[in-house]
Amino acid sequence: METLTKLFKNNIRQYGMIIALIFIMVLFQVLTGGLLLKPINITNLILQNSYILVLAIGMVLVIITGHIDLSVGSIAAFVGAISALLMVNMHLSPVLAVIVSLLVGALVGAWQGFWVAYVRIPAFIVTLAGMLLFRGLTMIVLEGQSISPFPNGFQKISSGFIPDLGSGGLNLVALLAGIVLSVIFVINEVRDRAQHRKYNFDVIPQGLFIAKLVVLLVVINLFTYMLATYSGIPNILVLMFLLIVIYSFVMNKTVMGRHVYALGGNEKAAGLSGVKTKKVTFWVFVNMGVLAAISGLIFAARLNAATPKAGTNFELDAIAACFIGGASASGGIGTVFGAIIGGLVMGVLNNGMSLVGLGIDWQQGIKGLVLLLAVAFDIYNKNKRAV
Amino acid sequence: MSEVILEMRNITKTFPGVKALQNVNIQVRAGEIHALCGENGAGKSTLMKVLSGVYPYGTYEGEIRFEGNVCQFKDIKMSEELGIVIIHQELALIPYLSIAENIFLGNERASGGIMNWKETILQTREQLKKVGLKESPTTLAGSIGVGKQQLVEIAKALSKKVKLLILDEPTAALNEDDSENLLQLMLEFKRQGIASILISHKLNEISKVADSVTILRDGQTIETLDMHKDEVTEDRIISGMVGRDLTNRYPAHQSKIGDVILEVKDWTVYHEQQTGRKVLDGIHMNIRKGEIVGIAGLMGSGRTELAMSIFGKAYGKNITGQLFKDGRPIQNNTVNQAIENGFAYVTEDRKNYGLILMDDIKRNISLTGLGKLSSNMVVDDKKEILVAEEMRKKLKIKTPNILQKTGNLSGGNQQKVVLSKWIFAEPDILILDEPTRGIDVGAKYEIYSIINQLADEGKGVLVISSELPEILGICDRIYVMSAGRITGEVKREDATQETLMKYMTRTGGAQHGNTNQTV
Repeated sequence: METLTKLFKNNIRQYGMIIALIFIMVLFQVLTGGLLLKPINITNLILQNSYILVLAIGMVLVIITGHIDLSVGSIAAFVGAISALLMVNMHLSPVLAVIVSLLVGALVGAWQGFWVAYVRIPAFIVTLAGMLLFRGLTMIVLEGQSISPFPNGFQKISSGFIPDLGSGGLNLVALLAGIVLSVIFVINEVRDRAQHRKYNFDVIPQGLFIAKLVVLLVVINLFTYMLATYSGIPNILVLMFLLIVIYSFVMNKTVMGRHVYALGGNEKAAGLSGVKTKKVTFWVFVNMGVLAAISGLIFAARLNAATPKAGTNFELDAIAACFIGGASASGGIGTVFGAIIGGLVMGVLNNGMSLVGLGIDWQQGIKGLVLLLAVAFDIYNKNKRAV
Repeated sequence: MSEVILEMRNITKTFPGVKALQNVNIQVRAGEIHALCGENGAGKSTLMKVLSGVYPYGTYEGEIRFEGNVCQFKDIKMSEELGIVIIHQELALIPYLSIAENIFLGNERASGGIMNWKETILQTREQLKKVGLKESPTTLAGSIGVGKQQLVEIAKALSKKVKLLILDEPTAALNEDDSENLLQLMLEFKRQGIASILISHKLNEISKVADSVTILRDGQTIETLDMHKDEVTEDRIISGMVGRDLTNRYPAHQSKIGDVILEVKDWTVYHEQQTGRKVLDGIHMNIRKGEIVGIAGLMGSGRTELAMSIFGKAYGKNITGQLFKDGRPIQNNTVNQAIENGFAYVTEDRKNYGLILMDDIKRNISLTGLGKLSSNMVVDDKKEILVAEEMRKKLKIKTPNILQKTGNLSGGNQQKVVLSKWIFAEPDILILDEPTRGIDVGAKYEIYSIINQLADEGKGVLVISSELPEILGICDRIYVMSAGRITGEVKREDATQETLMKYMTRTGGAQHGNTNQTV
């Protein structure tokens, strides 16, 4: 029991948000009379939140470097508009249009990265300007009107599902994916634990470790089962999954990721250790531009239209997701996984409150309080540990 | 002789593990200029912080009497009310406020919270006249030179009806004209009956203006000399400051010295903010393989600036001069280039410039050498752990495991992590800036052993240190710097603390040779 409380205390930040997420889910599951976790609603949750989660992945990198990006909503709208121009007005093939759109996102990111990294204008100002600039450009490109509809293939990004193997009944692909994931997951965890033991690092007790594995396996398979009973795996979920895996890998296992953390943790020390701080900052913004472009494409595909108002306030949701997920406003701390959990907390809150029938006024207020309390909780914990 | 205005008796101040001050006594007479001398770390600043209430009553032992009354200051405000004002080495002016606003900051001329600007400006003019500064009261403090800023600080002190003015290294950042001005001003205050305590490393200034001098060493009062009665020479003060012998605090070591590995020629560097001010002026120096070369110099002499400007121009503007490694000219234009050229720089400020405190030991050690631990940009975790473990054992880093945050380690262990990082980068030339600052004696010995070992591997090692015994204890050859120039080069056999201190306190560089004037 003592080890358990110690374990909990040391990892309260990491587990705290997961616990909060579970709490919120249970709460709304009860309040909505079981609607929240209905297979159709789970699929909906994924579709509704995908574009924010994609932004949160890029945003957490920006926040780790100690910056902020207020322009991502406008960039998403701008890229959505460009893609509509290409596909709807110019009849370009969706593949080509997507590639061009991503390039536009990268260019926009490079533009902002240049001002932040090399001219050293605070990111808050650069991206505030970008927020206005790209919103304006969106309206210019769209001439103030919505453009629609997109070609069918493009819409599939947001509305399609992975085709099933069998016919009728449960979706086999989804079930299989759950099992494969479970196996990979277990192998990984066991190997990690063995390595930690070998080097005499702290590990959690065996009983707890097995309990953790079992819980996670149940969650994964329950989740894929739910998907299987509806329409299977949404395309967008595969994209999201890939992004999460790739970015977690980049941030934890690659030189680039290490340099991002080092830069955010102590810019001067990182610079004197040979980290090319300007270059890293620049590329983090380029990356944000590309992810904002992806987010814009997903949103346009989901709406099946590019509108001048698309992406409004996305940046705020993405930033909130990062902070709820444990990122530090002064840089150096944060994880992709945390940002995703933070994004899900916001997403479930949104969805749950809508299901309960709470007005948009109350929803905004409650979300604001949740953000404030999550960060206050974080700071309280840090201070307690420091003493 | 006038009466005693300030008396500090048996002052003892301990920090965890260190006795910073031990039964220190000092008496300052009304209207005199009292100099306070001592090496870096002798306890001068600590003593002044006790006096001004930065360390409040209760955190030290001993008694302070000012104008005959026992004082128990709880904060700076209380000491200032009695007329004791400190002017710190780092100026505390707010650059975007005007001179007038700075002078009356916290002491505003106002009624009912409404500023009385007319009064503020008029009184500022009066104060500025007293210090001889011809600037408009509405000029921004950031737009005038350091010398003038110093005068503004003094004017600020005067506005508080100062009786005892404490100047901590007031001329460290000033050129000769401004320094001279300031000294004249101190003499003028003396005529008006204001007592001053002058903390300075520049002995010629002390002999010029001081009436008496108290010497501190290792937190103890050594002696107080009367400049008018006693036969006080600079040598006399120096021997008081350093008079301590070397015990075997340094591992025995015989260097195997090879060819010249680094040569620095005509290295000149300008200040980063105050363009036009030379921080380093025509430095020539070299390091040989297997040699440990020391740089001695007082704070502000340009030691760190030299190290950082060589290490990829990490400091300074308009850097000119050449670097030769193994006889071939090299370019160190960025930190990365310097690292590729085989340089390593262990900073004097490990918390702000050396470590990422929120990261663990492993990640700090691997940061510079990540390229060696990765293929296709993917870091090999296992290799990284092995490297960090090896360093932990080799350098005896005391920690439960290498996943500890470096912010939680003691100073000595933090320094070992920084050293590990650079040892892993496998440099040819190591520049160690204050490698044992803030480290306990046991860990110091271990660090010296590591330095010796690095030299034995054929690396060139440059050690910058404020502690003369340390320089004398571990270096084969010593360059002495003062005011951005090399004022002396001494072999270990020929070096004593006295000779080094003499070169260190030279102003104007070796070529002038007019520094031994006594008044």
